[in-house]
Amino acid sequence: MKNRINKLFQEKKERVLSVYFTAGYPDLEDTVSIIQELVKNGVDLIEIGMPFSDPVADGPVIQRSSLIALQNGMSIRKLFDQLKDIRQVTDIPLILMGYINPVLQYGVEAFCEKCREVGIDGLIIPDLPLSVYEEDFRSVFENNNLHNIFLITPQTSDDRMRTIDGISEGFIYMVSSNATTGAKSSVTDFQRDYFERVNSMELKNPRMIGFGISNSETFRNACQYASGAIIGSAFVKALGGTEPLEQKVSQFINSIVTES
Amino acid sequence: MSYQVNEKGYYGEFGGAYIPEMMVPNIEELQHNYLEIINSYDFRQEFVGLLKNYVGRPSPLYFAKRLSEKYQSKIYLKREDLNHTGSHKINNTIGQILVAQKLGKHRIIAETGAGQHGLATATVCALMGLECIVYMGAVDVERQAPNVKKMRMLGAEVIPAISGNQTLKDATNEAMRDWINNPVDTHYIIGSVVGPHPYPDMVARFQSVISEEIRWQLEEQTGRENPTRVIACVGGGSNAAGAFYHFLDQENVELIGVEAAGKGIETHETAATLTLGTPGVLHSSRSILMQTKDGQITEPYSISAGLDYPGIGPMHANLFTSQRARYLWATDAEVLDAALELTRLEGIIPALESAHALAALKKLQLKPEEVSVINLSGRGDKDMETYLNHFGY
Repeated sequence: MKNRINKLFQEKKERVLSVYFTAGYPDLEDTVSIIQELVKNGVDLIEIGMPFSDPVADGPVIQRSSLIALQNGMSIRKLFDQLKDIRQVTDIPLILMGYINPVLQYGVEAFCEKCREVGIDGLIIPDLPLSVYEEDFRSVFENNNLHNIFLITPQTSDDRMRTIDGISEGFIYMVSSNATTGAKSSVTDFQRDYFERVNSMELKNPRMIGFGISNSETFRNACQYASGAIIGSAFVKALGGTEPLEQKVSQFINSIVTES
Repeated sequence: MSYQVNEKGYYGEFGGAYIPEMMVPNIEELQHNYLEIINSYDFRQEFVGLLKNYVGRPSPLYFAKRLSEKYQSKIYLKREDLNHTGSHKINNTIGQILVAQKLGKHRIIAETGAGQHGLATATVCALMGLECIVYMGAVDVERQAPNVKKMRMLGAEVIPAISGNQTLKDATNEAMRDWINNPVDTHYIIGSVVGPHPYPDMVARFQSVISEEIRWQLEEQTGRENPTRVIACVGGGSNAAGAFYHFLDQENVELIGVEAAGKGIETHETAATLTLGTPGVLHSSRSILMQTKDGQITEPYSISAGLDYPGIGPMHANLFTSQRARYLWATDAEVLDAALELTRLEGIIPALESAHALAALKKLQLKPEEVSVINLSGRGDKDMETYLNHFGY
């Protein structure tokens, strides 16, 4: 079966909206409802966070949601259980995002097989570096039709970007600035230079810009330089509100996609 | 077999660099340059010069006569507590600040538990005129207040880490986040033999001066280079790495690390990582950790802030699994007794961390002809409040 991420980027070349949330937050059993609401509101791609006790690449908002999710009892096992019928509900591309240690403890092979079974299309594991991926993980990922999504940053050299482009499938995650997730930023000259440098390289993979995308303005700006953008912390923050879930999701997504 | 790091950054199956892409440029820069820098003539001159004239090395190797009488064996103390700033931590920070200068970095960050590494970092930053930011768990800021005041007087900014248990692990998370947010002009001085390659090897090399000196000092005093055994406490494991380093290939020298058992290894309030842990990845290297079956890192506990850490350096994980070194544990109560014993027998108040190594004496069957070297990694000034509260003076 064709990977849903590839299918998405073949059909949609611009303003692709990807949204991240932490599984198990705000409530343990919210996972499927959040996915359904995101789909209903026209999101193109969903990243489901697997919470970890020590998320070093994340800022305060996702640190907090991870902590609460773990306190709620979330685990990879529990998440797979929640997602077991998800493909009867939606065909949207789904990516699991999390740190390497919980995956190692689950067992890499078992984890990848389970991903295929429930219908996961890709993985983002920030602390799984390129060299370790190639040596120890690539074949089991590929055997299970899982795309590993790599990050690039303003400090990534051209050579390394080409290497990452060569090994990537699906898309490349362009970290907008030197930052942990959720850091506040608007597009600076420095970032514009970086975005334009990457665009001029004519990489084979589409790019999605993430980190610091929080409203319609930052989303629109990011979309000028890439196929689309990824929103994480701002959405997780919105989920922390007291309104009904349905309302929180639709209000937030509308605030992003509506031109101001 | 070799107990040193291989060219890929592994000690056996442990080590490596599990870093997010945001840290790749800084880590690769270090990986590609650290050996050339620290083996260069200029660097050696500066490093050795500062260790001698600024730190006060060599630190004495002291024959502890009354302690030896008590245990009916020969016990020597390697007096790292007499170093400038009061512990072995300064050996590493002198080395790393020189590396940071060679790499053209202007801003220094560090994590600290007991505050000894933070203090040693703040000190070398003052010495070199560099900006210094120290992350310290909010709980540790409270229980190690004298060191916080010293760091601030030295001009460092001390930022309390308020996540998790608010101890060393959380301070390390915050320091890593800082480096991700400031990738260009910042060097992260990691204080122990943990973190991504090349840190464990780099820090071990800087600390290896401890065992280098033990060898010639012991020969000078006894005519033999090798003791029967070397004993050191282990949290991340830097003082033990330094004390073991030149004995790793001397298989007849027994190497003993002592972990912090906190309230006991059968309780959840413990930091005895090797005794209780399983393999996994924390702070960018594969080692042995205290974690749940789901791979979430569990919160450690120890009376000693410097050992209150759920991981351990990959070098020690390898020495443990290969059985080259033996790892014991000591509880808070045993440690307090050992600290008082040394104080009364030798007139030396040890740091709580170092008192773990002393507590091992009661767990070993020492023979009269045997020579044990205990690495007295730090002095007890910073722990006076804990001691006073416990002993009630």
